[in-house]
Amino acid sequence: MSVRIGVVTFPGSLDDRDAQRAVRLAGAEPVALWHRDQDLHQVDAVVLPGGFSYGDYLRCGAISRFSPVMETIIAQAKVGLPVLGICNGFQILCESHLLPGALTRNDNLHFVCRDQKLRIENTTSAWTNAYVPNAEIVVPLKNGEGGFVADERTLDELEAEGRVVARYLDVNPNGSYRDIAGISNAAGNVVGLMPHPEHAIEPLTGPSTEGLGFFASILKQLVSA
Amino acid sequence: MARVVVDVMLKPEILDPQGQAVQRALPRLGFPGIADVRQGKRFELELEGPVDEAALARIREAAETFLANTVIEDFTVRVEEQ
Repeated sequence: MSVRIGVVTFPGSLDDRDAQRAVRLAGAEPVALWHRDQDLHQVDAVVLPGGFSYGDYLRCGAISRFSPVMETIIAQAKVGLPVLGICNGFQILCESHLLPGALTRNDNLHFVCRDQKLRIENTTSAWTNAYVPNAEIVVPLKNGEGGFVADERTLDELEAEGRVVARYLDVNPNGSYRDIAGISNAAGNVVGLMPHPEHAIEPLTGPSTEGLGFFASILKQLVSA
Repeated sequence: MARVVVDVMLKPEILDPQGQAVQRALPRLGFPGIADVRQGKRFELELEGPVDEAALARIREAAETFLANTVIEDFTVRVEEQ
């Protein structure tokens, strides 16, 4: 029985095809999910891809968060459905309050596009368990509003509970507090990050294949469950 | 028609790089003496019915859940006399 991983397409999603491809290369079956459809079609996990859903109007992710598909995803995530939010997907997860904090305009005011070095600091989450602890990886990063902010108490809590999933190394590209690139919820089933592991899965098109670990992790998690 | 204005501002502790860029540009453009700039959003809501307490309560709810992200933003709601 193959593992089915849903990838949501919102109006303005850009990286849904790449996310589907990453799912397929990792060995799972990608299932296209549509923003207006509340039905998750029996998927075992969901990826919210990058892009500019609903034109980023109001705030990034603010409108997507109220889409029919998100109603179901929010309810299911609270009872354990694994969800990975990449870039715009991370913004949607924060707007949905599935993850704490928010993503704001890069402190340098520039759209940044670079191959970014990260350290994977949490290797117990549903989406990072295939990495060795403190693995250093390089994956593309591309955002204009990727500055992770949260109040001091929330940041301390994330650090104390080991919920900082990925941290920027060498360069902090967007002014994220404490160099935070990605975080998880307390249960570890919901993970969001600004960099793009789905763009680093093949030597032909990526700077590395080190992003594949996110997709290998969820497969490992679901198959062993 | 009645107008209700919702102003949304980043919380004071949240960095506002856009406001900073505007503040830095002002003296260069011949507008000295401005110590700080914070940039926010203003929503003008035209109501179909009367502006009573029930309508304002619904607007506050909309501001709280949608117009503002209260993790990083504060908002105010006021009725604009026309």
